[in-house]
Amino acid sequence: MKNEMRVEFDAKSVNEGFARVTVAAFLTQLDPTLDEVADVKTAVSEAVTNAIIHGYENREGKVYLACTLDGDTAVITVEDRGVGMADIEKAMEPFYTTKPELERSGMGFAFMEAFMDDLLVESKAGSGTKVTLTKKIGQREEENQDGCGDSSY
Amino acid sequence: MPEGALASFYFAERKGYMDCKYQLKEGCMRISMPKEVDHHCAEQLRKETDLLIGAYHIRRLVFDFSGTEFMDSSGIGVLIGRCKNMGYSGGVVSAEHLNERIQKIFVVSGLHKMIQVTPDADTVWDMGEK
Repeated sequence: MKNEMRVEFDAKSVNEGFARVTVAAFLTQLDPTLDEVADVKTAVSEAVTNAIIHGYENREGKVYLACTLDGDTAVITVEDRGVGMADIEKAMEPFYTTKPELERSGMGFAFMEAFMDDLLVESKAGSGTKVTLTKKIGQREEENQDGCGDSSY
Repeated sequence: MPEGALASFYFAERKGYMDCKYQLKEGCMRISMPKEVDHHCAEQLRKETDLLIGAYHIRRLVFDFSGTEFMDSSGIGVLIGRCKNMGYSGGVVSAEHLNERIQKIFVVSGLHKMIQVTPDADTVWDMGEK
């Protein structure tokens, strides 16, 4: 069964929390573990923050967030119509940042990769960026096997 | 205030979830980190912390995560920045009361190699009280 939601919001930092909580709420129908929810929230936060800081460079714009649940898999897209990236590979290198003056850690994409199963970045300089995050939900048993099962908080 | 020697700063103009408390004592500063440490609160956290470090000649910085439920790479950026600044001046930085999630964020980012982590105890702050 497929189920999709879409949200469009202003590129303001106050909406970063809104975005990750919205996705987390939509995700509950897949009965995720707390760890899975936290992973998705972190990845969404990274993608939305990138759209605001880098895509729109803190200027006005809209962020387009969508989440599709297909079986036990969540596919989340975060899109902006901002400046885009000429060199995606370079941007995805850990610790690489175009804004060191803002004390960006350069770990945004690394975090998305670490916390999701799959990460796809499409971008064109001058027209915007689309990040697609995919994660299979409901791996309670597998998680317990590799020692990072349900957390207690 | 529980103790007379303890100076405490509270930036109250913000909404509850961004609240951050600063306790100062004898060159030590303990920062009670916000509930959610993201890009939205990073700038203010950075400004306030640096202001107090400079004004009170802080040598030991303790990030207290007991009230923190969420942190992303923007928070990592703030911590790394403070580590570097404190390192230049010979200061010490530590983090404590990390829940499982925050610990995971520390490990994934490699922050646990830069900052002394004391997950459960107030040891570092107690040392500063001697």
